[in-house]
Amino acid sequence: MNNPARFISSLVCVACLCAGTAIRADDPFATARQDMVREIEADVRMTSRQLDREVLDPRVMQAMATVPRHALVPESHRNAAYENRPLPIGHGQTISQPYIVAIMTDLLKVTAASRVLEVGTGSGYQAAILAELVDQVYTIEIIEALGKRARRDLEALDYENITVRIGDGYYGWEEQAPFDAIVVTAAASHIPPPLIQQLKKGGRMIVPVGSRFMVQQLVLVEKDTQGEVVTRQILPVRFVPLTGTH
Amino acid sequence: MTSSGTLERPPLISISLVSAAALAYEILLMRLFSIIQWHHFAYMIISLALLGYGASGTFISLARPWLLAHFPGAYRINLALFGLSSVACTLAAQQVPLNAEEILWDWHQALYLLAVYLLLALPFLFAANAVALALTRYRQAIARVYAADLLGAGLGSLGIVLLLFAVFPGTALKLLGTLGLLASLVAASELQGPRAHGLAGTVLAAVLLLALPAEWLTPQPSPYKTMSQTLRIGGARVIEQRSSPLGLISVVESPRVPLRHAPGLSLQSSAPLPAQLGVFTDADGLTAINHNPQGETLAYLDDLTSALPYYLAELQRVLVLGAGAGADVQQALNHGVQRIDAVELNPQLIELVRKDHADWAGHLYDHPAVRIHRGEARGFIRRSRGSYDLVQITLLDAFGASSSGLHALNESYLYTVEALQDYLARVAPGGYLAISRWIKLPPRDTLKLLATAVRALRESGIEDPGKRLVLIRGWQTSTLLIKNGVFSTDEITRLQDFCLTRAFDTAWYPGMPADAANRVNVFTQAYFYQAAAALTGARDATFMERYKFDITPATDDRPYFFHFFKWEVLPEILALRGQGGLPLLEAGYLVLVTTLLQALVLSSVLILLPLVVLRSSQDEPASAARPSRVVLYFFAIGLAFLFIEIAFIQKFILFLHHPLYAVAIVLTAFLLFAGAGSAWTARRQAHPSPTQHATARAVSGIAVFGLLYLLLLDPVFTALLHLPVVIRILVAIVLIAPLAFFMGMPFPLGLARLAAVRPALVPWAWGINGCASVLSAVLATLLAIQFGFTAVIITALLLYVLAALVMH
Repeated sequence: MNNPARFISSLVCVACLCAGTAIRADDPFATARQDMVREIEADVRMTSRQLDREVLDPRVMQAMATVPRHALVPESHRNAAYENRPLPIGHGQTISQPYIVAIMTDLLKVTAASRVLEVGTGSGYQAAILAELVDQVYTIEIIEALGKRARRDLEALDYENITVRIGDGYYGWEEQAPFDAIVVTAAASHIPPPLIQQLKKGGRMIVPVGSRFMVQQLVLVEKDTQGEVVTRQILPVRFVPLTGTH
Repeated sequence: MTSSGTLERPPLISISLVSAAALAYEILLMRLFSIIQWHHFAYMIISLALLGYGASGTFISLARPWLLAHFPGAYRINLALFGLSSVACTLAAQQVPLNAEEILWDWHQALYLLAVYLLLALPFLFAANAVALALTRYRQAIARVYAADLLGAGLGSLGIVLLLFAVFPGTALKLLGTLGLLASLVAASELQGPRAHGLAGTVLAAVLLLALPAEWLTPQPSPYKTMSQTLRIGGARVIEQRSSPLGLISVVESPRVPLRHAPGLSLQSSAPLPAQLGVFTDADGLTAINHNPQGETLAYLDDLTSALPYYLAELQRVLVLGAGAGADVQQALNHGVQRIDAVELNPQLIELVRKDHADWAGHLYDHPAVRIHRGEARGFIRRSRGSYDLVQITLLDAFGASSSGLHALNESYLYTVEALQDYLARVAPGGYLAISRWIKLPPRDTLKLLATAVRALRESGIEDPGKRLVLIRGWQTSTLLIKNGVFSTDEITRLQDFCLTRAFDTAWYPGMPADAANRVNVFTQAYFYQAAAALTGARDATFMERYKFDITPATDDRPYFFHFFKWEVLPEILALRGQGGLPLLEAGYLVLVTTLLQALVLSSVLILLPLVVLRSSQDEPASAARPSRVVLYFFAIGLAFLFIEIAFIQKFILFLHHPLYAVAIVLTAFLLFAGAGSAWTARRQAHPSPTQHATARAVSGIAVFGLLYLLLLDPVFTALLHLPVVIRILVAIVLIAPLAFFMGMPFPLGLARLAAVRPALVPWAWGINGCASVLSAVLATLLAIQFGFTAVIITALLLYVLAALVMH
């Protein structure tokens, strides 16, 4: 557990962090964002057994350290933007807890070349994190007002590699399919089968399950190279339900 | 003006009216806040608002001389203020942007919560002030005043249930407000000498209340409730609403973006979903009416875990418990079942499918193979003589007594050991009982169900329950089958095929190898298989003890299927707060405990405050009635009264079968007969005997009937279960009458004695009783969760004995 790899990765993270903050030295939220990243790192270490890793992908952590979360939350909640908690963004929707966003992004295992679909744009924060990691992000929002706001905010942040569509995400994005990674933040009562069809062989889909303010579990859908689908149900927290088992 | 002549008549009619309105208002608030918020929080808010009763004791204790000097005006104003504030404060409370889910992060939410408490406590404060003033003013007629209060409350509880069938909650609110104003007008005439402008003002206020536009009064559900979320979709709208004490049903159509409700649908499913109308209860709990005008086979229903039994055997007769909008019925029709009995509790839901949207639903409930029954699942099955190849219960969560507004008890008699035995008694040899549940991570209710099934089988004399159980799961739902017989190898092969083609996992079947578990929907461990292996074997007790959630079987005496909380896990979960650990908290129980703690603190303040102030005043000899004895007496009977009422409501639910009728009838009967008991003590004051003797007699009566019922109710209920509901209601009333009659006595006896020796403490005693009642409702639930309702009744009887001893 306490292997050197962990420390090396942490060092990488800190280095990335410094790079991130250097770029935006004029950013009044830089310190808060840095604190948030540290908190996430500490939480991940505590939950390593459930997540099956000691640290998250340094690229993900760099993205977390870069994306100006405060610019994607409503004015009234800007001061709380970097607290490790979900925030209301209007229209009965929330921006997810940063810790959960980091884990979900990490689980997708994207590379720069990955083609990514997000169903449920919301604030646009998850899309922005992904856009730091991949060349192109496609995101669909069903609530028109939210979709327009996210599009505007993401444009203001110069995210040119995010395409926001306003509409029904159930059938995915046929023209851009198949995808290496899909995030479904606005799940219906079930995982839409068309989305599974639009997942590439070897692709991964992540579905947070729970209420707007509390993610109970993450469902990771993996399609293997044969096209067989397996789901993994992940509790994003260090908790073993039976005492005495490890 | 501090003494009362015996010739003066207390304003009994207005007291009854305001008590009726206040009790009705309490139940209505529960209804309104169940629509706006979530049930548990509604319960907490209203419990604490009821401390307005305790606060009235404090207030009147402190302002007694002035209030008594201005009695008629003060009394009438409190009645009118109840009327006005019941509407105004409810509307104001709805404007507070309270979001219960955020409370652990956002300190503003605590302030919002406090604001809601205070706002909603006001109407109760005014109503209680009126009654307490009357009790204080008419010292010679305490028993009659209290009887009027109880009779009014009894009528109010029955009245509101009837009213909620007739009108929407918003309309009911303004009618109750008007009733408060009417009480004030009646009081003016009862007390003689109303001033004309006061009268005119009250009438004007009543007219204004009645003229309030409906949209102001319509409760707005929290934006985070499922229906609010659905209505954000472009084009989605509510096309129909129906309201009853069972809930507000809203039918939602979404023509542009189809609704797609298919919980637990296989990831492999390629079957198209039909168009659907969404049906929400209290803006939550979505079910869907499928568009199926031609009555065709809906293939998607075969891609749910609940379809399993149809793939194991040919089924001729199926019983669906909790038919809802009809998905399970359609699933049975898909497989050509010839005889389907479907039971649904909410008649309005049946009407929607059967009448309003009959063409849309393809006349599903009028299909020749389908018989739809209005009723409660457990009651139906107990009275049924039928025998079924399949008894199906899919994702059905019980309607608790709670929904009608009395307590946050999430009792469920659907999933107790006795319930499963009842269901199994109706399963034909070789047939199945199939129960589908949502999957939680870490697993909770599926495991509790499994443990309950194992116990039910063992108690029925089955030595190896594991051979009669199979459990499968998708990523979202699980289905447990309990067979009336042993599963054959052929059935197990079919089961494996069913799961394989739908990407479901087998979690248990007889002879299942460990490596067959946890293959497609993978958990970090094979939780379900491990649990099933342990629970069906000899290690079941150890497993349940070591599991971090309470999965011990629910029973009829402790009907808390949804209670999973274990105290020892609390520190661990709280430490995980930042990492998304909060969903592990079983909030319902904690809300109860939090409610109790808040109520304890507030009650202590309310009870101690007048004592501190009154002690400094030298108007009466302190030795006449020691405050500690007064507290003990009124606290004990306050706790005990509601303990018994709540526990017997639970007992009678199983007899009357319908939670709503049981609650309404039992509560009304308790209050009415207690009122009669109180009135009886008033009559007896003409031939006074020492109060302590009368109290001892009353307590003896309570103890005798209480113990008798503890021993006899269950066998009596079993013997009379076959009788028609009207007869059973009469039996229930006859049984409640003597017990309640005696229970109505200790309070007026104690108060009358206090009024004789130390009248300044009368409002204080009223306040203590009010606080105790609030605590009692919460404590009763906590006790029942831990020890069962029998223990609640025994505790109550001991408290009554304690009160009698204190009186001596």
